[in-house]
Amino acid sequence: MPGFDFSNYNRNAALHARGVPLPKATSTGTTIVGCIFEGGVVIAADTRATSGPIVADKNCEKLHYISPNIWCAGAGTAADTEFTTALISSQLELHSLSTGRKPRVVTCMTLLKQHLFRYQGHIGAYLVVAGVDSTGVHLFTVHAHGSTDKLPYVTMGSGSLAAMSVFETQWKAQMTQDEAVKLCSEAILAGIFNDLGSGSNVDVAVITPDKTTLKRNYIKPNERTQKLKSYKFARGTTAVLNEKIIRKEDLGNFVSVQEIHVAEPGDKMEVDV
Amino acid sequence: MAMFSQNPLMNGPNYSFNEGPKVNAPEGARQHRFDPYTDNGGSTLAISGADFTIMAGDTRLTSGYSINSRYHPKVFKIGGTTADQHDATLCLSVVGFAADGEALKERLDAICKMYQYRHGKPMSVKACAQRLSTILYQKRFFPYYAYAILGGLDEEGKGAVYSYDPVGSYEREQCRAGGAAASLIMPFLDNQVNFKNQYVPGSGEGHALQERERKPLTRSEVEVLVKDAFDGAVERHIEVGDGLQMMVITKNGIEEIFLPLKED
Repeated sequence: MPGFDFSNYNRNAALHARGVPLPKATSTGTTIVGCIFEGGVVIAADTRATSGPIVADKNCEKLHYISPNIWCAGAGTAADTEFTTALISSQLELHSLSTGRKPRVVTCMTLLKQHLFRYQGHIGAYLVVAGVDSTGVHLFTVHAHGSTDKLPYVTMGSGSLAAMSVFETQWKAQMTQDEAVKLCSEAILAGIFNDLGSGSNVDVAVITPDKTTLKRNYIKPNERTQKLKSYKFARGTTAVLNEKIIRKEDLGNFVSVQEIHVAEPGDKMEVDV
Repeated sequence: MAMFSQNPLMNGPNYSFNEGPKVNAPEGARQHRFDPYTDNGGSTLAISGADFTIMAGDTRLTSGYSINSRYHPKVFKIGGTTADQHDATLCLSVVGFAADGEALKERLDAICKMYQYRHGKPMSVKACAQRLSTILYQKRFFPYYAYAILGGLDEEGKGAVYSYDPVGSYEREQCRAGGAAASLIMPFLDNQVNFKNQYVPGSGEGHALQERERKPLTRSEVEVLVKDAFDGAVERHIEVGDGLQMMVITKNGIEEIFLPLKED
């Protein structure tokens, strides 16, 4: 498997020793949850991405595709959750092509934990893995160091305590799909309103044996308020310090220009119908 | 990050220069720590007009990723003769470490009250501003970790805003934003209150362009700017939200306005 490029390690370590700070990664200080119900599994996430105290993205996607029947919710370092899920998704697709079977959730979970354990926690991906396969309905959590849990309801991220308090007061065995969706979205809302690392909207994914439904922005409790005033500037407000006009015929002095024959009007390009 | 938590091999053949992390502590030395400060987040804002001053602050109190309170005011009336401050003429906003802000407000309020009792007239903003600076500098080596802004009307009845750093350096200004989202709000104020980087269209070429002339804003214009500034800050700063508290200081007294903000 192609690995990471460590060629800057020594230079960065030396710079770090001289007091140069490390670059700050975008973290999805997050609330993610999952819950099993009769005949399927629900996962949900908030949509705020932060960089320190600043909101980097107000509506990011934390629900990642692994395979049609397996989805993943990610917390931790945004890039790590993104790339780890994409890598395992790819490996799982090749694996399922070579075996001729649909991928299993345990396989996905095992690939993830082995990958993360190899990197000793340096890949900051904290994941909730959920799916349905030939062996049934599954829900796991995978931590950055490689440990896993298998539970009927799970929460992760900075809002995990707020979300878990909802599960611990309202969860019951043998829920219907609607009940599970409601419980998961309420757990995310608890994270959105009580954890500063979480915010904006609720995304939900429902996985059943016959299909997966991704409900993007299932609840939008934080719509932006309208500005009270227009901040449109009159044309010419900004100073133009210098202006240079390059005519089309002089373009050749700056870039290499190649004339391309343009088809006659009416002579349409061939396209598939 | 953890990648560098083991000290890299120093002075080894891998490095083109010999500069490892310097450890000055003698063998067996133990470092003791005392961390009396917390950053409780939040933001404040003050704008002075021709005959009024508006002071504002959000009401969220945070520590880390937690919300400790959704209604903890940062803007206070100062120097009234009673507990309800109905006859106060000055306003103080404090942001930073909430406990120090509270202590600072209590001290300044007590001083203003004593002044009133002794002299039979309320303290002027100018005098109060100088006194606040002295209070802050007295604690130069164990500071009040608070960014204060003092607002009122000057001797001519014009709006006055004085802003401070935690150790007492102060300045009278037209407008000032403080706290967590100060870096988000201040450029907006520079542009919308002092018309910075705005030129009169067609008034010249390049550097010869004429700057847009400053004109004093009306009370309603300032209120709109304050609300929009906070709505913007709430969108992009996690420590700002829940409620907006505004104090409008005019010759008729201080009017308090509360508006809800987003709670996420």
